[in-house]
Amino acid sequence: MIPAAFEYFAPTTVREALGLLEQHGDEAKILAGGHSLLPIMKFRLAQPKVVVDIGRIPGLDAIAAAADGKITIGALATHDALEHSAVLKEKCPLLPETAAVIGDMQVRNRGTIGGSLAHADPAADYPGTVLALDAEIVATGSKGSRTIPAREFFVDMLTTALRPVEIITEVRVPVLGRGTGTAYVKHPHPASGYAVVGVAAVLAVSGGKCQRAAIGINGVSGKAYRAAAVEKALVGQALDEKIVAAAAAHATDGVEAQSDLYASSEFRAHLAAVYTKRAVLLAASRAA
Amino acid sequence: MAVSKLFGASIKRREDPRLITGNATYTDDLQLPGMVHAQIVRSPHAHARITRLDVEAARRHPGVVAVYTGRDLQGALNPSPTAWLIPNSDLKTPPHPALAVDTVRYVGDGVAVVVAEDRYAARDAAALIEVDYEPLPVVVDQVKAVEQPGAPQLHADVPHNVAFKWVLAGGDADKAFEDARRDGVVVSQGFINQRLIPNAMEPRSVVARYNSGSGELTVWYTTQNPHIARLLMAVVTGIPEQKVRIIAPEVGGGFGSKIPFYPDEAIVAFCARHTGRPVKWTEDRRENYLTTIHGRDHITDLEIAARKDGTLTALRGKTWANLGAYLSTAAPGIPTILHGLMLTGCYTIPNISYQVLGVFTNTAPVDAYRGAGRPEATYLIERMMDLLAARLNLDPADVRRKNFIPPDRFPYTTAAGLTYDSGNYEPALDKALEAIEYSRIREDQKKGPKRGRYLGVGLSTYTEICGMGPSAVVGSTGFQGGLWESAVVRLHPTGKATVFTGTAPHGQGEETTFAQIVADELGLPIDDIEVVHGDTGAGPMGWGTYGSRTTVVGGGAIVLAARRVREKAAKIAAHLLEAAEGDLVFDQGRFSVRGSPDRAKTIQEVTLQAYLAWNLPPGVEPSLEASAFYDPSNFTFPFGTHVAVVKVNAETGEIEFRRYVAVDDCGRVINPLIVDGQVHGGIVQGVAQALWEGAVYSPEGQLLTGSMADYAVPKAHMFPTFVTDRTETPSPHNPLGVKGVGETGTIASTPAIVNAVLDALRPFGVTHIDMPLTPERVWTAIHGKSRR
Amino acid sequence: MKRTIHVTVNGVTHTHEVEPRLLLVHFIRDVLGLTGTHIGCDTSNCGTCTVLMNGKAVKSCTLLAAQADGATLQTVEGLARNGELHPIQEGFWEEHGLQCGFCTPGMMLAALDLLQRIPDPTEEQIRWGIEGNLCRCTGYQHIINSIQYAARKMRGESPRKAAR
Repeated sequence: MIPAAFEYFAPTTVREALGLLEQHGDEAKILAGGHSLLPIMKFRLAQPKVVVDIGRIPGLDAIAAAADGKITIGALATHDALEHSAVLKEKCPLLPETAAVIGDMQVRNRGTIGGSLAHADPAADYPGTVLALDAEIVATGSKGSRTIPAREFFVDMLTTALRPVEIITEVRVPVLGRGTGTAYVKHPHPASGYAVVGVAAVLAVSGGKCQRAAIGINGVSGKAYRAAAVEKALVGQALDEKIVAAAAAHATDGVEAQSDLYASSEFRAHLAAVYTKRAVLLAASRAA
Repeated sequence: MAVSKLFGASIKRREDPRLITGNATYTDDLQLPGMVHAQIVRSPHAHARITRLDVEAARRHPGVVAVYTGRDLQGALNPSPTAWLIPNSDLKTPPHPALAVDTVRYVGDGVAVVVAEDRYAARDAAALIEVDYEPLPVVVDQVKAVEQPGAPQLHADVPHNVAFKWVLAGGDADKAFEDARRDGVVVSQGFINQRLIPNAMEPRSVVARYNSGSGELTVWYTTQNPHIARLLMAVVTGIPEQKVRIIAPEVGGGFGSKIPFYPDEAIVAFCARHTGRPVKWTEDRRENYLTTIHGRDHITDLEIAARKDGTLTALRGKTWANLGAYLSTAAPGIPTILHGLMLTGCYTIPNISYQVLGVFTNTAPVDAYRGAGRPEATYLIERMMDLLAARLNLDPADVRRKNFIPPDRFPYTTAAGLTYDSGNYEPALDKALEAIEYSRIREDQKKGPKRGRYLGVGLSTYTEICGMGPSAVVGSTGFQGGLWESAVVRLHPTGKATVFTGTAPHGQGEETTFAQIVADELGLPIDDIEVVHGDTGAGPMGWGTYGSRTTVVGGGAIVLAARRVREKAAKIAAHLLEAAEGDLVFDQGRFSVRGSPDRAKTIQEVTLQAYLAWNLPPGVEPSLEASAFYDPSNFTFPFGTHVAVVKVNAETGEIEFRRYVAVDDCGRVINPLIVDGQVHGGIVQGVAQALWEGAVYSPEGQLLTGSMADYAVPKAHMFPTFVTDRTETPSPHNPLGVKGVGETGTIASTPAIVNAVLDALRPFGVTHIDMPLTPERVWTAIHGKSRR
Repeated sequence: MKRTIHVTVNGVTHTHEVEPRLLLVHFIRDVLGLTGTHIGCDTSNCGTCTVLMNGKAVKSCTLLAAQADGATLQTVEGLARNGELHPIQEGFWEEHGLQCGFCTPGMMLAALDLLQRIPDPTEEQIRWGIEGNLCRCTGYQHIINSIQYAARKMRGESPRKAAR
């Protein structure tokens, strides 16, 4: 497996990278960790003329608590870095829990959050989590940066709200307060490890009742989505198994579950409900 | 033979130092001066006529040395012969051109080859080859290929795509079924043994060098049987056999997939001869999935007859075996001889009637994959034993016990005509049941499911045929070769030894076990012994490593050769010690005169004298070496019991694989550590068939499981720790008493897991699910929904 | 256009002009001649090509050589020091952690990364830690024993289990 030939640039600033994208237009692809792009290039399913390797831009991999009470994660932070980040583990443990089940150790050592989000694979693990966290994706273009709410970011299968000359530079997630519990659970494909179904849950619980619920679901549809009907059914309720199961039954409301060799649409929808139930119950137990 | 020091010892492997330091040389590691690289262009269509093939742009690409098409190879390469011509089956053997000339018959069929200065240039040039295809109708299902009106016919002279029809009959099955219908029980079930991809971790690779001055062709390649490869290479290329040398360097697993002679090695040899340059070709994993042989792929209708007390009386059935688009080297023998003859397993079933249709379809060729026919047979009979037990409301262990061939009836001739050499099945069953705490599991089951998880326990009591095999017998089954084995044991003047074997181990550890045997026989330190294999230029003809035959047959030859060396050494020692040969005692590498332990010569001293030849007894030739060719008098039949415990989540169909106990009897054990490793690896491959693996083609003939991201080769976290134990029933006819252990795990484990899952599902009335038991299939079975 | 890259492999710095598309695994095998690193799948599933890059296990079939410019690599050839086997190599030998040996270099380097993170892993942690490495021969059980052996030795304990 050998990729087709291309021209390679390794810019050291975002500005330089954007200039290259501007110059080469459609013929250019951004390379971060490479774990989404290189496999398809080796199959020659992608044959970019130009590869812009942003992996050498310094300062894009930091994870830090920001002044506004959010946590900022550089786009080049690896899954491994997220998995083991002390600040995330303390303030936003859903992200480390998600990162820990992506691919395998070697993949986590190279793959980046920015690369994964930009690729927008519907069976990837981060999308549901950033949706459930109401994260913000900071994209930088030649005219400066803009903030894209996660809910506006995923447009379709492998398609995002990013403009042609734009690079994800940062992801911002909230610090989760006391009384908030989160969980990410997934049914991985036995070969690829991608999510057949992956469910991220963020629950705020007080006085024994769910005050707020955010459920992000991967693997089921052509893009990750928020399960609004589930959220609605949870809020205001005491989260016992029966109520959660009833709410989780709405996991695929308004969504056409995908069908493939491993799981039919019907079974995938069923798994989505079961895993939603599991995620919610786990998150609720952690909120306590 | 006296109990000796190394036989039975878990010594660590002598293969390992080179393998763990990166110093091993696999085929793709070779760099020869002037070497160029080949890339084979393959059909993206499962069945099509080639209407145009334009290679000009590829020829002009920088770095390209040559481009060849099917027409260039026509006449230059003979078809590779089928090596197993099963008799009385109307076998058809349509030729497989190394590169297609006008028709392609599966996705991956070669159409052209590019030779270039490096891999990258070869890959780029391959993309420039233009081929126009006129698609033809496709069939991938073996039943449809035979029975569906209007199904496309792959080969002009093979009507209904039936490559062969093989019939097995013993006793009177029809009468037994009549009787059973009257006052017994008949159990019928359809089974699918799905298609598997062998997945040796090392892809196939070939490096060929042709010396136009000497006319010698040297081929390094990933083969399990270099001597057979030389024979076939000579036949296919027309280069005389004595000018062909095949070297199997380090080979990274095979599991049967490196037995066949593929078109690719002939193509690479052709390229080397015609470019005058050494040529390397290495498949990538996608090519491996598309073109390296697949395994299994049977569709079977089966029924068994029994008395009301559970005593089996007959077995009857029919299997459609998918052979792919062409016959691979040993293909016809796998679903017939190695499958049908083992259907009765370890039970006294007096009547059998079985038919196998071998069928061509537009898929990759199917041949021997670990176990090769026997896992399919064991799956069928072991599933049937559980179905019978369920029907009669008997414990599966009791039904098996009732039907075991009793130990006093060995050697036992089965209804299929095989003679099992030895067996004692109940002790293995007892040991396994005790280790798994069978009665406690049955008690736990009565308490009902815990948190929606249903407990199940599954048994597999198996026997299998291996140690291939007596040449005359395999010859009578149509195998186009002998299956004896060769050995040379050569002592050098310094008292060190080189052992040559005609087998070709590639991970099974026989460099170690063979050295253990020779060390014991000759009293040599094991580190003084080198075991050489895999090079037709180095040792005598042999038949290779497959079918769990290496230690059984190859080891048999080695022990015979070593004993000949010892006999000759004894003659020389007696002469040097001026004693009668009968007065010598040989112990720990030392010949001494009985009663005078100080009058002694070490084997090293004797060896030196054998080479100096200054003072040899009359009629004794100089040097000290011997060869042996061992042709076994029977096959060997390892057996045992495997038990699996699972929990099934009824809500999702997810299976938790909890515990596993394997009690195997492979006769005498030379190296327990190595035997355990073989069993572990075998179990994992068998469990993988039960739970995860399965190659799937679309109706258009596209392989939908075309990479390791789609086809689930199992990972470490999918398994519990296995408990292994043994009983020891030596093979009575093998000089080492060994039976073979390379395939037992794979053969036994598949039905153990499936039986365990179905045991767990008994509360739901589910009696059968086809493999792999994916969550969806289990869930669908539980909830009674039809899939799609 | 070719690029010049500097890569330190097993303590030796190599400077080469490479095509941008040259895969790191081909650079290691074909350019440097370090053939202990193998290629098994091409889709970053099998882990056979695993090497350590800047101390962390990576799949060298899914990296460009150009991405390794300036990096420090360790391959199987760099595990033993002064003729002495690394504890991981010793563990694989002692506990029969390999059969055909093809997956072994990648498996050992993944194990090394794992043991750097978790010096005293449970069996479960080892099984998940090597999920990126496929072995078709061993059934993994002896590999787990091998890694446990290495872990004990690296912690300065007696590496051998009490009884086999």
